[in-house]
Amino acid sequence: MRMTLAAALLAVLAAEAAAQTGAPAPALRYAVLGDTIAASLTGQPGDAARGAALMGERSRSLCALCHAGPFAAPHFAGDIGPSLDGVGARLSAAQIRLRVVDMRALNPNSPMPSFHQVPDAPRVAAAWRDRPVLTAAEVEDIVAYLSSLGG
Amino acid sequence: MRPRPRLRWTEVVRARAVVLALALAAPAAAEPVPITPAERRSGITFAGPQTQGLQADDTANPGMLFVLDGAQLWQAPAGSAQRACADCHGAAEHSMRGVAARYPAFDAASGAALDLSGRINACRTRHQDAPQLASEEPGLLALAAFVGFQSRGLPLAPPQDPPMAAVRKEGRRLYETRMGQLRLSCAECHDALWANRLGSSPITQGQAGAYPIYRLEWQGLGSLQRRMRACMSGVRAEPFAPGAPEFIALEAYLAERGAGLPVETPGVRP
Ligand code: HEC
Ligand code: HEC
Repeated sequence: MRMTLAAALLAVLAAEAAAQTGAPAPALRYAVLGDTIAASLTGQPGDAARGAALMGERSRSLCALCHAGPFAAPHFAGDIGPSLDGVGARLSAAQIRLRVVDMRALNPNSPMPSFHQVPDAPRVAAAWRDRPVLTAAEVEDIVAYLSSLGG
Repeated sequence: MRPRPRLRWTEVVRARAVVLALALAAPAAAEPVPITPAERRSGITFAGPQTQGLQADDTANPGMLFVLDGAQLWQAPAGSAQRACADCHGAAEHSMRGVAARYPAFDAASGAALDLSGRINACRTRHQDAPQLASEEPGLLALAAFVGFQSRGLPLAPPQDPPMAAVRKEGRRLYETRMGQLRLSCAECHDALWANRLGSSPITQGQAGAYPIYRLEWQGLGSLQRRMRACMSGVRAEPFAPGAPEFIALEAYLAERGAGLPVETPGVRP
């Protein structure tokens, strides 16, 4: 595999970040470029139908707690985040991927959980310790589904 | 195509520094700011008309049954001392008026802050020679509801003594600490997002003056700590143990951030 300039840059910056905090940041593998993660986290395209089903499972994916969209009956959807109707026309798959993986990378104060990070806050309940909210494959399914929501 | 080598998490790189530059450019939402006294609103003002009606009507409010139970327990001799609350305190209408409005309070004997349930349990062990009642035990909820009811309508007025100031400070720190797998703090939901809906529920200001409450979802009365445990589990955090100093500190901070709101015990919530 060819090491891209971005990957090389990332490795350097990550090392610097670790040196600054002194903490060995546990992390998942992906490369951020601008406001995107260009490559699929699994190397495979996700499955939009599975993504739709997962977003409908409110207590597992949590999305409908904060977002309206075609995946939730209107009175069951929260209004903390913007409606995801037509999000595939506003954002590229690569932009959606970073927002689902780690919205707080773009906005440290966002209430939106970072869905594909190893939890690093205090008091994570035993059942969730060391586990991201969503697996890489689940993120890809959601990215595929949201990308299909055109204008 | 060659299959990609699977990498384990520990081998992986997180690119914080790159996104830091982005974050500086992005319009970052502000940190949650405490609610001003003029903005303070009880949770009941967010509820539908039916729930509001239940709370307002003593003949329909299911919490009133616990208040009546509490009135009986107040008179009942307990423990090996065979002494009733009333033997020491007399008529609760007089002696308990205003008490719930200033709890949690500092207890010099134990050198710690006690909430109202903790005070009731302290009286049991110190004056009645009776065993402590467990949190959420019906007798403890009933006594707390009965004592709380005696302050109904009075403004929350947390005590200003220095030991309690220190406890509230710790409570505020906990309230503002992001926790759990979802990495959310109490402040994130109840100071920053209280005008929003989480799924179909309105997020309220998390005001504490109505506790213990009858929650329709619980089909029963529950304490403020039970409510806070539910919030902590919601963000996938390990709740503090019942009666833990962390919960008392949170209760003390909640009392301060709700000062001036009326005691509503027994409240009704959806
Ligand atoms: C606790 C609240 C919350 C949850 C849960 C949540 N989000 Fe969000 N989301 C937000 C907020 C708030 C924003 C606005 C961006 C910000 O905070 O900076 C947002 C923004 C987004 C955006 C960008 C939309 C745009 O038009 O720019 C996408 C895409 C998104 N969320 C997808 C999801 C998905 C998919 C899930 C579930 C897997 C999810 N969100 C769960 C709160 C949430
Ligand atoms: C993800 C959002 C969220 C977080 C984080 C959260 N809560 Fe809540 N809280 C809620 C919701 C939703 C309710 C039920 C509706 C309501 O009363 O706001 C609630 C209810 C409450 C109530 C009852 C209010 C009433 O009128 O009955 C209190 C008190 C409270 N929370 C305190 C806390 C404390 C303390 C913390 C932190 C340990 C916390 N909450 C964390 C969402 C949250």
